Amino acid sequence: MKPTSKASEPATPAPPQVGASPQQAKVPSNPSSAAAPVAPNPDLDRAKDIAGRITSKYPGSKLEWVKPRRLKVSVPLGIIKDVAFFARDSLGFDHIGTVSGVDWIAKSSLEVVYFVGSTTPGQEGFVLALSESVPRDDPVVPTLIDVWRGAEYHERETHEMFGLNFQGHPDQSHLFLPEDWNDLPPLRKDYVSPGR
Amino acid sequence: MVVAGGQKAGTFQVLVGKIDDVLQYAIGDPLRYLANWGRLYSLWPVHLETACCSVEVGAAAGSRFDIERFGTLEAFGSLRACDLIIVMGTVTRKLAPRLKLIYDQMAEPKWVIAMGACSITGGLYFDSYNVLRGIDDIIPVDVYVPGCPPRAEALIQGIVLLQEKIRRMPTLSGR
Amino acid sequence: MKMALESEYSPDADRIMAVSLGPQHPGAGHFRIRLWLDGDYVVKALPDAGYVHRGEEKMGEYRNYIQNVPHLERPVILDSSNILFAYSLGVDELMNSKIPPRGQYLRVIMSEINRIISHMYFIAIQGLFLGHTTMITWCMGDRDFWIDLGERIAGARVTFAYIIPGGVRNDIPDFAIEKGLKTCDWFEKRMDEYEKIFYDNPMVHQRSDGVGVLSRDDAIAFGATGTVARASGLALDVRKDEPYSSYQDFEFKTPVLTQGDSWARAYVALLDMRESVKIIRQALKGLPQGPVRLKLGPQPRVPAGEVYSRTEAARGEMSYYIVSDGSPRPYRLKIGVPSAKNLRALPHLLRNVHVADIPVIYWSLNYWPVEADR
Ligand code: SF4
Repeated sequence: MKPTSKASEPATPAPPQVGASPQQAKVPSNPSSAAAPVAPNPDLDRAKDIAGRITSKYPGSKLEWVKPRRLKVSVPLGIIKDVAFFARDSLGFDHIGTVSGVDWIAKSSLEVVYFVGSTTPGQEGFVLALSESVPRDDPVVPTLIDVWRGAEYHERETHEMFGLNFQGHPDQSHLFLPEDWNDLPPLRKDYVSPGR
Repeated sequence: MVVAGGQKAGTFQVLVGKIDDVLQYAIGDPLRYLANWGRLYSLWPVHLETACCSVEVGAAAGSRFDIERFGTLEAFGSLRACDLIIVMGTVTRKLAPRLKLIYDQMAEPKWVIAMGACSITGGLYFDSYNVLRGIDDIIPVDVYVPGCPPRAEALIQGIVLLQEKIRRMPTLSGR
Repeated sequence: MKMALESEYSPDADRIMAVSLGPQHPGAGHFRIRLWLDGDYVVKALPDAGYVHRGEEKMGEYRNYIQNVPHLERPVILDSSNILFAYSLGVDELMNSKIPPRGQYLRVIMSEINRIISHMYFIAIQGLFLGHTTMITWCMGDRDFWIDLGERIAGARVTFAYIIPGGVRNDIPDFAIEKGLKTCDWFEKRMDEYEKIFYDNPMVHQRSDGVGVLSRDDAIAFGATGTVARASGLALDVRKDEPYSSYQDFEFKTPVLTQGDSWARAYVALLDMRESVKIIRQALKGLPQGPVRLKLGPQPRVPAGEVYSRTEAARGEMSYYIVSDGSPRPYRLKIGVPSAKNLRALPHLLRNVHVADIPVIYWSLNYWPVEADR
């Protein structure tokens, strides 16, 4: 079970917009774009281009999926900070959106994903998702506060919700959970809500 | 009957006790009525927003519904002067001790309105790990206002019900 | 305990007084700010959120995609359509469904109505914190006209639950179109009055000009969005950057100011509402015919995949990260709410300010604790 890889194989899911989706080409029943077999999509091409620049510079990194204006790159342990600096300084992804964790209990790994937007003119609509996976029993990742300062509270939240340890983070006390929380981190899959 | 001096109660003390009863019947009732009448039209709520129901409290306090017409004052007083707490929705585990602390600081007599499904039973959040399933466990509730969120009219009805309860309060000092 | 800002500040221990502002305080509902004061000045402030943390993300994993609709709109009850808008866009993208044009227009209409409702609440409370009673009385009253309009379309007072995966829940009745156009006309005149009595008021200027200035660079570094970012000269607007749901059909501007102070943050909200009124009028007049939603059934089958969807909500960029493993329930549902994105700016702005300015700065961030906590 690995939804991330499945997503990139079939026809790239078209965005739900009607007017702004020349990406419908792969759906043959769509009369408006049936004439052109592969309609060019500048947003998709640009996202692919950005992905190519990251994966060629950092050989260990892998493109998980790419859609118009969206791309997700997973990097091996240890180099995420370099990639983040590269993405901020050379690719213009300087505006942190949010940070999320995913608990892949079947693979026994925890994934942390940074969603970074951009304030570079012409690139505002693009979001880069930068992820890395750590083993579930030793979840230590470096903090990216020096790259995107706004990530501070998002990382703090991810810490309490998933038990991920952000090395170098100045304050990992509870932000949302009660001070006396002494159970498993609630968003882990093996934590069961008391009402269930 | 033993009185303050430690002697056996004489006829005099018994008589005084009776006079007390007589006085209670003669002027106690009107006095109680008067005091409660004063209380019920000057309810002073605590400003404690707990969750999304507070938006409807805001609307009820706004110029369209204007709960001040019904004798509920603006929520900007000190806790010690407040006598009404409207629990506006979800009470989380982090807020629960604070809610109890706030309730304990208020002066007697005091009343509680539980507003919204969340503060009554937990509502939509019945299976959340951080939400109390109703506030009855920590503070006593006088009036329940169901809804998610209750409309401003429902809150006003709750306040009118509470006033009815205060009017009929049997003692002067509250509970 | 280690403090987040330790590197930036090392207060002199003897003179410093620690104060807790909230959670029971008119200036900070649902929320606590821990303050370290030196006389009348704030040397350090740390936000303490979490009083309304209800575990929406965990609950989302227990419910299927349609059951998730009602509880997901509760965190932002002021702005309930916009938080569902991003969710619906995400699920639509996963399911590869194509929303009928009328549904798209209705989504836009409801989202803009909600933006106005939310901004009205924002300005009202900003007026209250500035000691401007007229503004709260007016705005709370006028806000109800928009709530009434929403109620005529969706049937509920504030929790509309109107935008759902696959379109919108029901069609708009004809009399609501008429009423909507009338409300737009009236509201445009009304906003001129707000400008005269509130924004041009010398008292308001004195209390909020230059108070809590967030520079453009800081806004970028902290990841500020929405009104906060636009008041600091950062032209971010998802409606323009990636036009979703027919936003490309409408003519509107993204208001941007450069002062970055509390006054500008409140004024951007008014400019936003002017644009919203324009969009609502265009959408109501050009409403296409046709169905308003797709038939999904009570338990839609969502293919496996990941999606990151964004919309421009009233407070800023609302984003969802949905991971589906092909089962009826989401595997992971991350709600990226604008208030949480703007929260990092608060301790930065609350340094070296007077105690009396705290409520103004706090509320000018358009921070809604229920939304931030989820
Ligand atoms: S009852 Fe509904 S509106 Fe009120 S706090 Fe609970 S979820 Fe929010």
